[in-house]
Amino acid sequence: MNEVDRSIINHMQEGFPVCERPFAILAEQLNLEEKELMQRVQALLDDGTLSRFGPLYNIEMLGGVYCLVAMQIPEHDLEKVIETVNSYPEVAHNYERTHELNVWFVLAAETESQLEGLLTDIEKQTGYPTFAMPKLDEYFVRLKFDA
Amino acid sequence: MRNSDKTTLDQIDRKIIEATQAGFPITAKPYHSIAQLLELEPDLVIERIGKLLEQGIIRRIGVVPNHYRLGYRSNGMTVWDVPDEKINELGKKVGGLDFVSHCYHRPRHLPDWPYNLFAMVHGRDQQTTDNYVSEIADILGDANRQHTVLYSTRILKKTGMRIGNTQ
Repeated sequence: MNEVDRSIINHMQEGFPVCERPFAILAEQLNLEEKELMQRVQALLDDGTLSRFGPLYNIEMLGGVYCLVAMQIPEHDLEKVIETVNSYPEVAHNYERTHELNVWFVLAAETESQLEGLLTDIEKQTGYPTFAMPKLDEYFVRLKFDA
Repeated sequence: MRNSDKTTLDQIDRKIIEATQAGFPITAKPYHSIAQLLELEPDLVIERIGKLLEQGIIRRIGVVPNHYRLGYRSNGMTVWDVPDEKINELGKKVGGLDFVSHCYHRPRHLPDWPYNLFAMVHGRDQQTTDNYVSEIADILGDANRQHTVLYSTRILKKTGMRIGNTQ
């Protein structure tokens, strides 16, 4: 990644203009040609330096309920439980983490009662309890990184 | 799981959201491209996206870097046990730190899980992340009754959340 790419990443993480020719406006600020800026953004997406380009939606304002869930799974059952948990389409992401509570995933459901039902079902299918950790308050979401 | 800030969206908003949640097209006139795809007027698309941004339904518009590729290899979920009556004040302080990307109040599950304040921190190496954890501990002071840091060792699933998934 060169200096130009670096400045593009640092400059473009928010505030993409909502107007007819947004790349032209940004290109002028970055001292680039519109076309070159577009090509570089495309290349950074293609090589995986950028994971996406576009609007970041606050999914909770679009309807539905979301809940972080943790489970404590012993090593000998881990792969089986992961497979069972991941088989639910309502499981959006799932991470193994360094703690006795070692499996952490996000459940997305339409309603609170559907969410409750999913938790009960996951407990029944895996044989282990779930720890629901819904967001009670949000203090900050930044998602901005210096390149 | 709080539903208090739900906003009413009409069919046009929903169409725009579904068409753009995976990203914008990289064209000289991206909003026109979206409009063309949806058979809408470009001005209407610009107006609606501007409004979604204003309402906070769109948090921001721009590029999302893969933070591992930028060298942020030490990503820790720090969790803290702080008094409930102080959590809003402390959460805002911790959330305001520039190395914290997400900061939330979540419920305890005693006795297994005493932590109620979650803050994700991102460092380029372990030492940096350790320093960040110390910095948060300093800010919390006596309010920090205990804490730990969980590192992700494996991504087991990553599909992202989309509307349409649950409908």
